[in-house]
Amino acid sequence: MARLVAAVVVVAGLLVAASGRAAPPAFDAALDTLRQVDHEGKGNAAAGTAWPVVAAAGVESLPRVLAAMDGANPLAFNWLRTAVDAVTASGRPLPADALEAFVTDTGHDPRPRRLAYDLLRGTDEARAARLLDGMLDDPSVELRRDAVAALVRRAEAAGEAGRADESRALLERAFTAARDVEQVQAIAKALEKTGATVDLARHFGFLREWKVIGPFDNPALRGYETAYPPEAGIDPAATVAGKFGPVEWRPVSTADPMGLVDINGVYPPPADAAAAAAPKDAPKEGLKEVVAYAVADFVAPRGQAAELRLGTKNAWKVWLNGTLVFGRDEYHRGMEVDQYRLPVTLVPGRNTILVKLCQDDQRKPWTTEWEFQLRVCDSVGTAVLPADR
Amino acid sequence: MTDAAEGAVMKTLSAIAVLLLAATFPARGQGADWLTFRGPGGASVVPAGALPTELSAEAIRWSAPLPGRGLSGVLVVGDRVFVTTSDGPTQDKLHLVCLDAATGKLLWDRQVLATGRTMCHSKTSVAAPTPCSDGRQVYAVFSSNDVVCTDLDGNLRWIRGITYDYPNVSNSLGMASSPLVAGDVLVVPVENDSESYTIGLDVATGANRWRLDRPKGANWTSPVVLAPGLVALQSKTGVDAIRVADGSTAWRYADGADTVASSCLADGVLYVPSNGVTALALDAADPAGQPRQLWRNNQLAPATASGLVAGDAVYSLNRGDVLTAGERATGKRKWQLRLQGPFSGTPVTDGAHLWAVNEAGLVQVVSLGDTEGKVVSTLDLGDEILASPAVAGGSMYVRSNTKLYRVGK
Repeated sequence: MARLVAAVVVVAGLLVAASGRAAPPAFDAALDTLRQVDHEGKGNAAAGTAWPVVAAAGVESLPRVLAAMDGANPLAFNWLRTAVDAVTASGRPLPADALEAFVTDTGHDPRPRRLAYDLLRGTDEARAARLLDGMLDDPSVELRRDAVAALVRRAEAAGEAGRADESRALLERAFTAARDVEQVQAIAKALEKTGATVDLARHFGFLREWKVIGPFDNPALRGYETAYPPEAGIDPAATVAGKFGPVEWRPVSTADPMGLVDINGVYPPPADAAAAAAPKDAPKEGLKEVVAYAVADFVAPRGQAAELRLGTKNAWKVWLNGTLVFGRDEYHRGMEVDQYRLPVTLVPGRNTILVKLCQDDQRKPWTTEWEFQLRVCDSVGTAVLPADR
Repeated sequence: MTDAAEGAVMKTLSAIAVLLLAATFPARGQGADWLTFRGPGGASVVPAGALPTELSAEAIRWSAPLPGRGLSGVLVVGDRVFVTTSDGPTQDKLHLVCLDAATGKLLWDRQVLATGRTMCHSKTSVAAPTPCSDGRQVYAVFSSNDVVCTDLDGNLRWIRGITYDYPNVSNSLGMASSPLVAGDVLVVPVENDSESYTIGLDVATGANRWRLDRPKGANWTSPVVLAPGLVALQSKTGVDAIRVADGSTAWRYADGADTVASSCLADGVLYVPSNGVTALALDAADPAGQPRQLWRNNQLAPATASGLVAGDAVYSLNRGDVLTAGERATGKRKWQLRLQGPFSGTPVTDGAHLWAVNEAGLVQVVSLGDTEGKVVSTLDLGDEILASPAVAGGSMYVRSNTKLYRVGK
């Protein structure tokens, strides 16, 4: 019956729209309607009627449209975003003062602030560029990225002019401010050329100290859904049954600058392992059809919202303090830093992060990797560092 | 109200909604429009004389800059061209742009932020699926599984974020299946290793009409219309014929199929990239009935580009960039011709000639004989082209990561 009621509402809306006699909703009501859209098309029919009202508004209405984006869910943001495209297509001069005021007010959502910046840049590029000076610590990742890029350009100019100390100081400042992964890595490379030492893992907040247990079995990929003992609770002293015999937790420390934890290094291919431990059916390139768990204790300086950011090409699950955060059963389709962003809430003091990492049965050379990297940061990408290290 | 009665009322209301949509947003396109991946019928076949067979630099009518990357194909609806792109440091700014077909002038640009993951292989792009249109609305789908529907003037009709709704719908290599509009349903395949669906969306509101569990596995193939109200979904397990009204399965071919190259339909026969190519004859009286296998030939296996059928021949491009012609009636190989590859886009053909654009932007015009094929003309666009071309108004439209080209009359 709910579907029927919804259908009646949709058809009624279309009848009204087709009749041309519908009174257009007031501007603010239209903005509110666009903000109401949600999952699975909820609110789309009403939004379709409200959108032309917002799209037809004059450019002087831009700050109100931008403000309506504050806190909007991603779909509502997009409804409003496309309305901005229509509003600005009139060719009329945009309200530069109002746009600048919006950009510089960090109380607004980073998304419309970036949009306001782009609109301002299209109107007055020099004026927009001047704003970057104050954006090295901006909560908008993209605005911060542009501010850092401007600082790097100054560093490069200083270097080309022979002012090496100034160049290095600017690069160090840029490195501290940078959050974009590629940008951080590029600045680190430039700094290292000057002889400086950079700690990428610390900058990003990668966890380097883990305890690992495995391998467990993953026949026909069923290990992903099989709850092995670590999922029932972490006992660092436990010895439990693994795929090839009893297994226990082993400390693993990674020196990789990007925090990469190589499980194949923990459970090496049989050719490199002690002969007694070599299972007969294991392929020489690495263990297949196996599962391992990695656990890390993270002492949070305070209770706070944070993100666990994971990169892996193996199927995985992540728990925080015993609660499953998310998981994905995809194998060997690619890996990158911050591949998965998992919003969490850290409790003050000790937090236990458990990672389950599954290896499949493919035998192609590009399916050998059994590895992951995980960092703890805020929504901007600023590392949340543990209180005890 | 009983379920049956409610269903009847729902169908009636749905029909009214579509009629109202048609009245409110009249179709602007003409019969020669290019409204979907691989054009009319998803066949990549154009009328005789639709394109020049002699190409030179003068054939480039215009080229226009695009606001971002992409390898999605182009749509042509009347005098307008539609294409999708993505840009930004994480390629999360998604564009649906409309250009004037005569001049290449940008008419409008609608931009959204990706609500799903934008990670993909460096060769592909978030703007990989080709949009589609029913001549009234344009439906753009991106690798992030965002779906944007506008009318032809850029007025937003609705938005969906499939991964926002179902968080494990994604592919770390990138999604690329193109949507298909069939009646009042937009068929959106979002099939992958984890949460794998094809979803039927109401063209009026974007709401789910149905959501079909699909085989778990990365899949980049695109659906094909088999008959009114019936589409073919291809996956690693084979082909499923789906009723677009409710997502139910009419028949199933379960002998496996490619997950990159798509099937094509010609005169009631579905040519499936399965065990090479397998020809399945639909039941003429009842296309929803189980089809009958006509032939199979593993010498016709396509690589990335989908196969074509025209005249009395079937054509495919294999991994060695060899164009193979086979007998349409039997599948028996007729001749082969090595082209300059590699190819990502599917060629177009009018039965007498075939136009293939390789990844380096070299357009090769092949004369299709009964006993041999021959390259009769080439045009070097000097740009990376991974998209399949669109054909309308005597011209071919091809896009790169930076530009859109109109080539022809």
